[in-house]
Amino acid sequence: MKLAVQPTRIRETRRHEFAVRFAFGGLVSALTGYIAIQYGPAVGGLFLAFPAILPASVTLVQKRHGNRAAGLDSIGAAMGAVGLSAFGGVAWDAGAAWPAWAVLAAAAVVWLAVGMSVWWVIRGRRKRRPSTAGAAAVKSG
Amino acid sequence: MLPELALKFVSGGLAVSAFAAAGDALRPKSVAGVFAAAASVALATLGMAFAKHGGDYAAAEGRSMVLGGVALIAYTLVVGRALLKTRRPAWLIAGAGRIVWLAASFALYVAWRAVA
Repeated sequence: MKLAVQPTRIRETRRHEFAVRFAFGGLVSALTGYIAIQYGPAVGGLFLAFPAILPASVTLVQKRHGNRAAGLDSIGAAMGAVGLSAFGGVAWDAGAAWPAWAVLAAAAVVWLAVGMSVWWVIRGRRKRRPSTAGAAAVKSG
Repeated sequence: MLPELALKFVSGGLAVSAFAAAGDALRPKSVAGVFAAAASVALATLGMAFAKHGGDYAAAEGRSMVLGGVALIAYTLVVGRALLKTRRPAWLIAGAGRIVWLAASFALYVAWRAVA
């Protein structure tokens, strides 16, 4: 299946699902801020990569599309997590030297580029091995 | 402290909702998952860290975020495999799996402190 953007799919998300995401995201952000205030940025920074939205996300996916889709969603998130580490690397390297907007913009671009690159590489490898279960999963994903 | 935490709650909630909506619009499902580990909380929190504490503070958070991100890779793979192999509720697997993330991130943090 080719990469596609389908904005109409957003309408399938119900109001309470948006509310759950907002609440989870808000709580984790506030919790991260509290931990950073109490224990310093070195410990607080760990929680910038806390699995905030994933439990809610895979729960919704499991309800709508079943276990396999939920499992693929989580495995796909591993690619985003690689990008998330790269995001942190940019903030670490440039945080003290660049203006805030430039650091955040560069880090966001790097997150997306790294996450999508990992996805492309893994997708390409699975396409070359069509007999594996992973290939079937990607095709059905 | 409360106004700062309230602002983080609102900005984090909005950022997570926006990234999740972007993920909803993407197909196939495996690429939509990339947005499930989006930098939404990081963008909201680091932006405020820059504004309130400066670049050095944000850089220290970024350094730890690298370790948290590695722990998140372990978490997503463990949760993903568990979901593919069992029929238990996703909220239970993904919720309990956070213990994996906590253990991995703090182990990496302690190891980093020992080496650095």
